[in-house]
Amino acid sequence: MADLEELYREIILDHYRSPRNRGELESPPAHRVEGFNPLCGDEVVISLLVEGGKLADLKIGGSGCSISQSSASLMSSAVKGKPLEEVRQLIHTFKGMMSIHGAQLGQDDEPVEAEEINLEKLGELAALQGVVKFPVRIKCATLSWNALAQGLDEMADQAS
Amino acid sequence: MTPAPATPAAPLNVEALRKDFPLLTRTVHDRPIVYLDSASSALQPQTVITAMARYYETTHANVHRGVYATAEESTHLYEQARIVAGRFVGAPDPEHEIVFTKNTTESLNLVAHSWGRTNLAAGDAILLTEMEHHANIVPWLMLAEEVGLEVRYIPVDGEGRLDLDELDTLVSGVKLVGLSAMSNVLGTINPLAELTAVAHRAGAVVVADGAQLVPHVPVDVAALGVDFIAFSAHKMMGPTGIGVLWGRAELLDAMPPFLGGGGMILDVKLDSFRSAPPPARFEAGTPPIAEAVGLTAAIEYLNEIGMDRIRAHELALTGHALARLDEKLGPDCHVFGPPAGEDRGGVISIAYRDVHAHDLAQVLDQFGVCVRPGHHCAKPLMRKLGVQATARASLSLFSDEHDIEVLIEGLVEAGRLFG
Repeated sequence: MADLEELYREIILDHYRSPRNRGELESPPAHRVEGFNPLCGDEVVISLLVEGGKLADLKIGGSGCSISQSSASLMSSAVKGKPLEEVRQLIHTFKGMMSIHGAQLGQDDEPVEAEEINLEKLGELAALQGVVKFPVRIKCATLSWNALAQGLDEMADQAS
Repeated sequence: MTPAPATPAAPLNVEALRKDFPLLTRTVHDRPIVYLDSASSALQPQTVITAMARYYETTHANVHRGVYATAEESTHLYEQARIVAGRFVGAPDPEHEIVFTKNTTESLNLVAHSWGRTNLAAGDAILLTEMEHHANIVPWLMLAEEVGLEVRYIPVDGEGRLDLDELDTLVSGVKLVGLSAMSNVLGTINPLAELTAVAHRAGAVVVADGAQLVPHVPVDVAALGVDFIAFSAHKMMGPTGIGVLWGRAELLDAMPPFLGGGGMILDVKLDSFRSAPPPARFEAGTPPIAEAVGLTAAIEYLNEIGMDRIRAHELALTGHALARLDEKLGPDCHVFGPPAGEDRGGVISIAYRDVHAHDLAQVLDQFGVCVRPGHHCAKPLMRKLGVQATARASLSLFSDEHDIEVLIEGLVEAGRLFG
């Protein structure tokens, strides 16, 4: 069961059992964005509050498997309070980690070179690295990240 | 192959039957495969694989066209499959009433498209059930959007059976009733004959989704009384890529074509065409010929064992599985659907503690156990059950008590991991 333990690391189980930043922010002023995985029915609802070029606050709702929910929780901890540029960079790095093996499996993200990915930069998020060995679950791990990226895009569009 | 049974009730020699399935000899994560996903797609016995390979090696040619020997032989094999498939479900006139499609989904779309568009108009009502697979909901919703239909549903009760209390009101005035013969989530076998009689009294045509029932329970369309029944070869140990629609001859005769192209016409002019009689009318283009050969081999395999024996085995094993799950896992393990009995097939949808179905399935995979997690293409039913996903184990003629023990072992490990 070595593979399983690599997938379900303690930190992932911890975030699954005790998800951080759970809930919803009043919208407006917060921006609300949803992500669905039609294959398995997992869903994530993210409320984003941007102030002064920073992601001042975010809350996560929705339900799904341990990978999708822990990834959303880990993401919320990693991006909360960060400047938007840094958030976007983190999304890019995280999705890069997920697409090293997934690129040939029809992932539409631009492939990221392995050397670009600095696992140290990912901190706790690196725990989700084990997911790439289970290609079907990559979409679970990236669900909230795609929703976050979409939310940031929507807000940028509204602002321009 | 197993010899023909001495008596209909003779139990299956599962150990011997398992040797008929090459895929069962492989390992997954260094463990023997435990295949509990036949409701999604069944495995193939060697006879099916060999029949298809032999066809390509010795006979392949397009059907209904050439006059050379192999073309004649191909045509014969393809038409033979129609007879075999028709007899398997008791069709009175298989030559004219069996239409080959891609799968159950296409069969149901064919009925919605050809029968539905001709016979349903704005304001008409149709009646489905809450336990339908998306394949027997979405084609009707598409038609409803197009022409403006009222779509009603027979509700599902707390035990996973159809709640027939309001049936008389629901069925009143409807022109079509669409029914799952057996639920792919709950395992519930619906009282098709009884419901069909009620529908017919109301003047409705009945289309049955037989994808789960036909592979596991003896079916006789004449006894059921339905007007259409759809099923797929790959769920009954045949190949993917071929499905069946049986329809009453007089209904098929009055239906316009589904897809247009070669093979479905009598004559074509620059500004018009005349379509062929059924079943050719509904089979545009080169059909799945090798797949039809595989379907014949699959049905011969099932017939040789005997559908009544297969049903008896799966029913007994369902009872055993439900009892063992309860005994070993207790209230932590919730199985949806009615208790094992005559109205229950070998589909076992599980919720275990609060472990998500995808995590259950992931852990089970490490034990070599193949189950299907998710909403099983029945989202309205899942909403009714109040769950996002279940882990579904489904039985086959080669399933045995050991498979159930490995399933339980995997569930216990998932419980430990997610504690």
